[in-house]
Amino acid sequence: MSARERILAKLRSGLAGSIPRPDDFEPAVVTEPWRYPDRAARIERLVELMSAVQTRFERTTRADWPTRVLDLLEARGIDRLLVATGMAHGARLAAHIEGLAKAPSLFAYDRPIEAWKSELFDSVPASLTTTRGAIAATGSLILWPSADEPRLMSLVPPLHIALLEASRIQDNLHEVIETEGWAAGMPTNALLISGPSKTADIEQVLAYGAHGPAELVVVLLEDA
Amino acid sequence: MNQAARIPAVELSSRQLKANAHEALNDAQLRTNMRTAMDSLIAKRLAVMPEAEREPLRELGNHVRARALSKLPELLERLEARLTANGVQVHWAETVEEANAVVLDIARRRRARAVIKGKSMVSEEMEMNEALEAEGIESLESDMGEYIIQLDHEKPTHIIMPAIHKNARQVAKLFEQHLGEPYTEDVDELIQTGRRVLRKKFLDADIGVSGVNFAIAETGTLLLVENEGNGRMSTTVPPVHIAVTGIEKVVENLRDVVPLLSLLTRSALGQPITTYVNMISGPRKAEERDGPEEVHLVLLDNGRSQAFMDAELRQTLNCIRCGACMNHCPVYTRIGGRAYGTVYPGPIGAIISPHLVGLENAPDHPSASSLCGACGEVCPVKIPIPDILRRLREENVKPPAAASAHPLRGQGSKYSPGERSLWRMWVRLYTSPRLYRAFSFALTRLRRLTPARLGPWTLNHAPPRPASRSLHELAREHLDHDRRGADR
Amino acid sequence: MSEMFFDAAPNATRVAPARPLPRDYPATKPGDVYLFGTCVVDLFYPEAGLDAIRLLEREGVRVHFPDQQSCCGQPAYTSGYTDEARAVARAQLALFERDYPLVVPSGSCAGMFRHHYPALFADDPVLLARAQALAERTFELAEFLLEVCRVQWRDQGPPVAVALHTSCSARREMNTHLHVRALLDRLDNVERREHDHESECCGFGGTFCVRMPEISGAMVANKVESLERSGAARMVTADGGCLMNISGAMEKRAAGMPSEHLASFLWRRTNPAAVSQ
Repeated sequence: MSARERILAKLRSGLAGSIPRPDDFEPAVVTEPWRYPDRAARIERLVELMSAVQTRFERTTRADWPTRVLDLLEARGIDRLLVATGMAHGARLAAHIEGLAKAPSLFAYDRPIEAWKSELFDSVPASLTTTRGAIAATGSLILWPSADEPRLMSLVPPLHIALLEASRIQDNLHEVIETEGWAAGMPTNALLISGPSKTADIEQVLAYGAHGPAELVVVLLEDA
Repeated sequence: MNQAARIPAVELSSRQLKANAHEALNDAQLRTNMRTAMDSLIAKRLAVMPEAEREPLRELGNHVRARALSKLPELLERLEARLTANGVQVHWAETVEEANAVVLDIARRRRARAVIKGKSMVSEEMEMNEALEAEGIESLESDMGEYIIQLDHEKPTHIIMPAIHKNARQVAKLFEQHLGEPYTEDVDELIQTGRRVLRKKFLDADIGVSGVNFAIAETGTLLLVENEGNGRMSTTVPPVHIAVTGIEKVVENLRDVVPLLSLLTRSALGQPITTYVNMISGPRKAEERDGPEEVHLVLLDNGRSQAFMDAELRQTLNCIRCGACMNHCPVYTRIGGRAYGTVYPGPIGAIISPHLVGLENAPDHPSASSLCGACGEVCPVKIPIPDILRRLREENVKPPAAASAHPLRGQGSKYSPGERSLWRMWVRLYTSPRLYRAFSFALTRLRRLTPARLGPWTLNHAPPRPASRSLHELAREHLDHDRRGADR
Repeated sequence: MSEMFFDAAPNATRVAPARPLPRDYPATKPGDVYLFGTCVVDLFYPEAGLDAIRLLEREGVRVHFPDQQSCCGQPAYTSGYTDEARAVARAQLALFERDYPLVVPSGSCAGMFRHHYPALFADDPVLLARAQALAERTFELAEFLLEVCRVQWRDQGPPVAVALHTSCSARREMNTHLHVRALLDRLDNVERREHDHESECCGFGGTFCVRMPEISGAMVANKVESLERSGAARMVTADGGCLMNISGAMEKRAAGMPSEHLASFLWRRTNPAAVSQ
């Protein structure tokens, strides 16, 4: 018998004579305390929780966001931005900087990691990614990394800028999973991101920028 | 670091809990560090868990875990089937040796020279670092706390905050000694040093190892929580990801993790959620540009199925490893995690370790509790830890002849004919009114003869002073006769 | 025991209970009660037992004290000597057969009757029914005075600051801390001082204090320090075990403050004759 068979046999004998517990999951317990009346309340909750862990918010509009992104890069003296230039937002940003005298260079994560691992780790100061939405209850961004926006884009650069459309903020995780039908098909990697990387492993003193981004900026499109 | 990591960690024996505790109790720095840390964790949890939300959530958390355990074999098979369909390779291991063999096989096949690890208590059970180092493969912890204690050749003393017993000064000295860094007690600077050192290691690692917080059968998903990002690094950057977990970590449905996640992060750290919730459902797909080419899941038994055989002890496996029972335990707060000498310290350690290592190797663990009940009160999945501790005490003092067929290893390891006969005398005394009357008469009348030293009691207390007359006598005098009878 | 682990395996058990909810109390004050003195009060604090009787009698309740009572069995039970605990428990079960409430001047012994007797006799339908009936009518003294007798007192004593220590099982199984606080708050001249880590165990734990004397000693030392920091002039507790532990440690360390059982404190504060003595 294999380890698998021995383990399963033992577990089965432990359950002999018992019946499986029915699914008595009560969604109200994980939804009712975490409902927000309208978009403004969801935004307020999200901003409150994420700001409490040093996330910065740029509250802006569909028209203005490229300017705001450039401003915040300039304020930090950053001249290179990792962004999916093949996606709509990347194209938009590229169009916006065209003709500008001073603008950061945009480049995409268009190769397998193996092809530029040390470059990604050593010389990419910032990234911009889209988000799939956000969760007001816990103050979390939802990301499903893709071929255009791979997993490490939101992890390796010290500054991560995340674009969020306000209409995509939902009340709580249960609502997200149910309304979007996550159980029917999960991506290779799904992420909730609730702030910049941090640790309290030394004397419980909070320090940001542990292994991931030291800074997370959410560019919130309030009219989107 | 390479050289240093091969020096085996200094471990205390789990058979010597009392002696270990003696040492810990006399370590003033440890006592202060622990008290401060635990007070802070208690306050943080309380601040984010108002009772009105907490109790229904704990109830739901218990239901989810109990349901998963009530169909565990079926869920494990479903998990395996889904993961396999997603391209993840699933391995089963009854023992830590088997689990290490799985990991070493993969490492050899991949010609791996360096392994980077996210935090995983199951890998601590396996002593995976040692197993890899023995094969000449570097195995480095990347969680800041784990990294710190690995530098100091220690083991985690808390399941969430492995270096909770150290203060910044101690970490500063360690970094100065081992990394040649200028001495600083500035926590930000210390963390930046760790980040710098470890980023190189993520780049070079051939294999990333992680634990699993919840394994979701419905979707074939491994869910990991963390704040630092090292878990995401370990599971994304190296070409191979090996996740190791206990067989009990499976839940049935994706939505089942909603209450568990909420309970876990709030009970553990007082956070509404961790910085990262990382859900992994497979290796890199053809069109994807990062993520490991291979993902493996090692399902480890290591004694869990022993707990599973008994419905009361089975509840031990509800545990979602939040550490709240430790943070609230007055014993753990005073002796720290190292004194237990087991991978899992504190109340949960006291009830899980007998299954992992046998009661004979953790004979004092069930007794290292005043049964104050704080652990059961805060447990997010309502494990009746005090009841289970009491049950293990019962198993512990069983005469060898009474050892039952149920498979708890080490039953009767604290059996003492002397103590057993003392309790028999106690029974006779307290079930025979005549004997008790004589005993209490003697004790009260000879009260002045109470010795000044009375075993362990007078270590901490003045000698006990019996009253001059018992309540029985006072009541006989005070109450009329018909109110003193047995009323039969 | 209503909370059963779902799958009905033979040795199924309850889950960790939530804080006990406020229970239903008898609408009318009964004419008769049983008093279970407890083994520690019997030999070390008998006056507290007598004061409990006096407090109850003053409320017009006839107190019955079956002379054959001894110990609830908790020390053996928590030490893992379940058969021995059951033997002693069975002897007690036989003594309180009438339908009177059982009043216990100790939260942990009351908790033993109320929560653990049914578990002890789970395999014997006859004894289980009796254990459950007894559990239903078991009350801790403070709870009984507050909720059933609905005492109306006038504090007769001089102003004093007291610290309250509540045993852990009493707190978690009987809500005793709430009842005692409410009783103390009814005494005009008594100022109740909170102390840090008030809900933390004093380290007694039955046989724990002699099995693990060093750990227990560290716990009681911290408890004494917390009590001292509170600035209270006296310590009261409704549990004999904790009282013996804390006061014994205070005496050994020549530290702390006078301490006594709640029943004695309450009787002294509310009885003019006792105050003048």
